[in-house]
Amino acid sequence: MKILVPVKRVVDYNVKVRVKSDGSGMDLAGVKMSMNPFDEIAVEEAVRLKEKGVATEIIAVSCGVTQCQETLRTALAIGADRAILVETPSDAAFELQPLAVAKILKALVDKEQPGLVILGKQAIDDDNNQTGQMLAALADLPQATFASKVEVAEGKARVTREVDGGLETVEVTLPAVVTTDLRLNEPRYVTLPNIMKAKKKPMETIKPADLGVDVAPRIKTVKVEEPPKRGAGVKVPDVATLVDKLKNEAKVI
Amino acid sequence: MASLVIAEHDHGTLKPATLNAVTAALACASEVHVLIAGANAGGAAEAATRISGVAKVLHADGPSLAEQLAENVAAQVVAVARNYTHLLFPATAHGKNVAPRVAALLDVAQISDATRVVSADTFERPIYAGNAIATVQSSDPIKVISVRTTGFDPAGAAGGSAPIEAVAAVADSGLSSFVGAEIVKLDRPELTSARIIVSGGRAMGSSDRFNEVLVPLADKLGAALGASRAAVDAGYAPNDWQVGQTGKVVAPQLYIAVGISGAIQHLAGMKDSKVIVAINKDPEAPIFSIADYGLEADLFSAVPELVRSL
Repeated sequence: MKILVPVKRVVDYNVKVRVKSDGSGMDLAGVKMSMNPFDEIAVEEAVRLKEKGVATEIIAVSCGVTQCQETLRTALAIGADRAILVETPSDAAFELQPLAVAKILKALVDKEQPGLVILGKQAIDDDNNQTGQMLAALADLPQATFASKVEVAEGKARVTREVDGGLETVEVTLPAVVTTDLRLNEPRYVTLPNIMKAKKKPMETIKPADLGVDVAPRIKTVKVEEPPKRGAGVKVPDVATLVDKLKNEAKVI
Repeated sequence: MASLVIAEHDHGTLKPATLNAVTAALACASEVHVLIAGANAGGAAEAATRISGVAKVLHADGPSLAEQLAENVAAQVVAVARNYTHLLFPATAHGKNVAPRVAALLDVAQISDATRVVSADTFERPIYAGNAIATVQSSDPIKVISVRTTGFDPAGAAGGSAPIEAVAAVADSGLSSFVGAEIVKLDRPELTSARIIVSGGRAMGSSDRFNEVLVPLADKLGAALGASRAAVDAGYAPNDWQVGQTGKVVAPQLYIAVGISGAIQHLAGMKDSKVIVAINKDPEAPIFSIADYGLEADLFSAVPELVRSL
C-alpha cells in the first residue's frame, strides 16, 4: 500500500520567536525554518513500515510557499519516495488554515488512494492539532490520533494512543488517518548520501485550484500579542527562607 | 442563541474539565446546553443537570458511544449541532480528538485551546508554545471551539436543575473499535485540577530516585506529581505526568519545579501557575527567569530538607 505523509515547514523549534511590534503576527524574517518535529516522526514511521514490507510507496506532501520544497527534500532524504508540493501564495497576509489543508489532502487521498495517511499530531507554530482529524472527517476515514505505537496487519491498524490518564488501544480499518505523538519513534538522522539521493527523487508542484479546493481562510487573526510578563522573582538562600516565603508571603502552603 | 458543551465523562460521573467549558460557553451565548454522549451514562447526565447555569441536558445513550470513539461521538455531535451557534469541548485528549472532526463535518473552522472569550465570535488562544497570544475572529455560522480548562474558572457543580432531553444515539460507524486501555492508577490529585504540583526533571537521575525524592514532598503537600518531557523520555515518570506544550497544561496555585531546566516546551505548560518555585543547582537555568522563588541548591539535599521543615 501507499502511505501519504503530510509535512509542514515551521519555525525551528529551537528558535525563540518574537511578536512583531505592530501586533500583526510573528517576526519570522530570517528565522531558521525546519520540518515540524511531529511530522519527522510521521515520515520515520512511514519509512519503518516500508522497511517492514507493509508499505510499498511513501508520498510526502507539503502545502505552502515555494520554500516548502526544502521540507519535502528532507522527507525524501529520510526515505520518502516522491513528493508533492501544493503551492500557495507567498503573500504575507495569506494564511493557510487546517480546514483548507485538510481539503487539499482529501483531494490527494482521492487521487492517490493511500492505505494510510500519517500526520504529526500538531504543528508547533499554530499549535492547532486539527488537520489529521479534519482530513479523516472529510474523507470519511477512521482516525487514530496521538499514536505511540502502530501495527498494521490484515487490512487493519492497531494503534496505541496517548490519552489523559494513560494509554488506549484502538483498531481502525484501512484506509485510515493516524497522527503521531512524540513517543512513537526516534526519527533517524539524515545522512549526506541520502540528501544527495533525495535531490534526484521526483517532486511535483500543483496548485490548490488544480485540486478544486478553495483555500480562503475562515478565521481572521485580529492581533498577536506578547503574553503577560511574570513579575521578577527572587532567589532565596536556603530551604528555611523558602518555606517562610511560601507560608507568609505567597500564602500557598 | 444557545451554545452546546460536549461533556467529558466516564458515563457514571462528569470530568471536572466539563465545568470549565461551561463557563466559557456562558460567555459565548446566554443559553447553555450540555451533551452527554455515552452508554448507561445516566449518572453523568444527572450530574450535568446540577451544573450552575446549564439550561438543558441532551442525553444520547447507546452502545456506539460506550468507548467514546471519535467517529461515533463526532457523528452524535453533528446530529444535534445545527441548533447551536457554538459547540465547546474541553481541550483534553478526548476533546482534541473529536472537535476537529466535528468542525470538518460541518465545514467550519475550529478554534483550538481558547483561553478567553472576547465576544461571541472572537477568542484568544496561545500560539508558538505560548510565546504569543493570538486574537482570532471566526465568520462561520457555527463556532467549534476547544477550551483550555486553565483559562476558565469551573462552573458550580451544584445549584442547577436543568431538564434532561433524550436524544437518539447514532449507529456505530464500523470504522474503528476499542481494544483496551492501560490507565495509570492515581492515588493523588489529578494533574490538571491539582492545587499544588510537584514536578521533576531529568536531574532526578532515575525512576527510583524520582519517587524516593518527590513522593514524600507531594504527600506532605497533598500535591499531584508532574514531570518534564526529558524525565518522561528517560523513563523516570509515566508519560501522562508530562507537563508542557506536548503534554498537559496546568495552572495550579503552587508549582514546584525540581531539577527542571525550563525549556520553552515545558514553560508553555505551566507558566500560568500562580506561584512558581524552582529548585535547581544550575544558576543559569531558564526556569529561574519565571520562578517567583528560586533556590539554587542540590535537589537531593534540598528536597528532603524541605519535606522535614513542612
